[in-house]
Amino acid sequence: MSANMATSGSLRNRLVLILVGGAAILAYLLFFAIRNYATQVAQQGQDSILSASITSILDAAAIQGDVVEVDLPYAAFSMLSTAFDDQIFYAIYQDDAFLSGYETLAIAGVAARETVFNTVDYQGTQVRVVTASRTLIGKDKRTQIRVALAQTQDALAGTLRQISRNAAIFGASFFLLATLLSFWATSSTIGQLNRLTNSVTRRGPQDLSPFHKPVPSEMLPLVTSLNSLMARLDHTLKQSEDFIAEAAHRVRTPLATVRSYAEATLQRVDKEENRQAMRSMVRAIDESSRAAGQLLDHAMITFRADHLEQQDVDLSALIHDLVERLKPIAEMKDLTLRLHSDAQVPYKGDAILLQNAVRNLLDNALKYSPSESVVDIHVTCTPNVEIRVCDSGKGFPKGELDTLAMRFKRGMNAEGTIGSGLGLTIAMDVAVAHNGTLRLSNQAEGGACASLLL
Amino acid sequence: MKFLLVEDNKELADAISSRMRLDGHVIEHAENLADARAFVEVGEYDLILLDIMLPDGDGRSFLKAHRASDHDTPVIVLTARSQVSDRIGSLDLGADDYLTKPFDHAELEARCRAVLRRKAGKTKTVIELGGIVFDPLAGLLSVNGESVNLRNRELRLFELLINSPGQVFSKQKLSDRLFSYDDDVSENAIEVYIGRLRKHLENSSLKITTLRGLGYRLDHVR
Repeated sequence: MSANMATSGSLRNRLVLILVGGAAILAYLLFFAIRNYATQVAQQGQDSILSASITSILDAAAIQGDVVEVDLPYAAFSMLSTAFDDQIFYAIYQDDAFLSGYETLAIAGVAARETVFNTVDYQGTQVRVVTASRTLIGKDKRTQIRVALAQTQDALAGTLRQISRNAAIFGASFFLLATLLSFWATSSTIGQLNRLTNSVTRRGPQDLSPFHKPVPSEMLPLVTSLNSLMARLDHTLKQSEDFIAEAAHRVRTPLATVRSYAEATLQRVDKEENRQAMRSMVRAIDESSRAAGQLLDHAMITFRADHLEQQDVDLSALIHDLVERLKPIAEMKDLTLRLHSDAQVPYKGDAILLQNAVRNLLDNALKYSPSESVVDIHVTCTPNVEIRVCDSGKGFPKGELDTLAMRFKRGMNAEGTIGSGLGLTIAMDVAVAHNGTLRLSNQAEGGACASLLL
Repeated sequence: MKFLLVEDNKELADAISSRMRLDGHVIEHAENLADARAFVEVGEYDLILLDIMLPDGDGRSFLKAHRASDHDTPVIVLTARSQVSDRIGSLDLGADDYLTKPFDHAELEARCRAVLRRKAGKTKTVIELGGIVFDPLAGLLSVNGESVNLRNRELRLFELLINSPGQVFSKQKLSDRLFSYDDDVSENAIEVYIGRLRKHLENSSLKITTLRGLGYRLDHVR
């Protein structure tokens, strides 16, 4: 049934997707935030060293007489040394005239005492350039010294790589943990649903009692509506059962009356044509009541077969009871019912269905057997469970063995015998419901055999 | 035999009663559960025929109460309900057998006989006439002290004849009692059974006379 039902996606998948997706986005954002922050901090570190270095260079500049003297202090460069052997470039200008260093290191126009940081490409690598200027005042002289100091960013990049790696590991672990958590949360939530589903599925077909087990408060409305649905279903089922019983009562009781009257009248009527009419009447009544009964049985069996109830049944005892009950009917035709049965034939199935199936086979055997003959019933569990009913009547018509179990199909030689054509169908349906088959055959010495192979 | 029939449908009850009386039984009819309880309190019955759906309640409650009060009168349930579900319930409650309406009167008879035979010993109706002793319940016939086992159809035929010695029964009438309506039997089939009975009765002073064109009659020849 569930295979045909349209689903609007899986709740579990949706939950997992949302939780894991959320965790992924969060982990990604986290990674970027850490990396950006680290980049900023590292850049600030480099900038402050560069700024300290350039300040010390500018401080070393002085006017000696007429010339400007810049004595690059050793510390100015040693403070810039890194584990990655970063390269350092510098350029010194006096009033826009190049003094010393790398001339190609362009200098942006810098206002006095202002330090400007820039990241530019220089000689194919990325460098951080700091520029600063100082106005030197000598005797009658006023000149401006500007210094540009650049450092490659290998150390910075290394540090950043390391921080990025750590941030990535941190983000991945966060993601992994969040994923695990989301799976756990999802399965514990879905588990509640599954438990409810299981307890619904495990119920027998007749069990329509409400659920009493505690459920999470979110599921309470669902369970409440389920309970009320079951109560209504139970009510409807009871009603339709009562209706069938009532209908059967209303139909069968007048039929019984007519039949009894017809029989009683038959005892008093002498004229042959009247007797013939009465007989036909009784036969018609039998026919219709039997058909009604079989149709109801067939409906019931179809219903029960859909919701097969598996109980432990001893087929030997079940069929023994059945045979005992049919003995009075068999005796009316002086038929002998012979039961050959293993002491115990344990089986798992629906007792009511099995009994009905065998009852139909026996009814057939009784109907088609000649008076004073024997009907043999075999019940065995070796090698497989088999119930075989054999009579010594005319047998099944040849060539019809395959079609006889079809609905409303009656044998060509069944003319003149009351029947609905549903008996073998019922037996077949029951066999199929129990994963078995119904096998029809004729005995070599005459007579029909019907076997329920379970 | 004394039967109690609990059935609310008056026509059906009449039909069953008249047919039962024809077989020589005494039958009392209760139309509802209250009447049935009253009948059971004052009278003793050999068998109760109980309908399930009655105007003042479920026949099964009567059956339950009846069994609870230690009555072991056999009960046959007559039910019009659908077959599968109901049968088991009534057997569990202590019914000895059940029949689904509409039923073949011959089947009812056969079931009554089977149930009574199972519970036999309480009352014995034995017919003694012309050197034979006949126990219809057990199906036992003894002729001059020698017992003869009657088959079911022989038994039913003999029962019919011995209940009304001297009465003429037509072939058709006997056929109708012996064979069910879906058996295709020729009228001559009855002759086989008459022949067998004659053979059984050879050593008694009972004789089955053929009246050409009319039928058969059981005579007591003195």
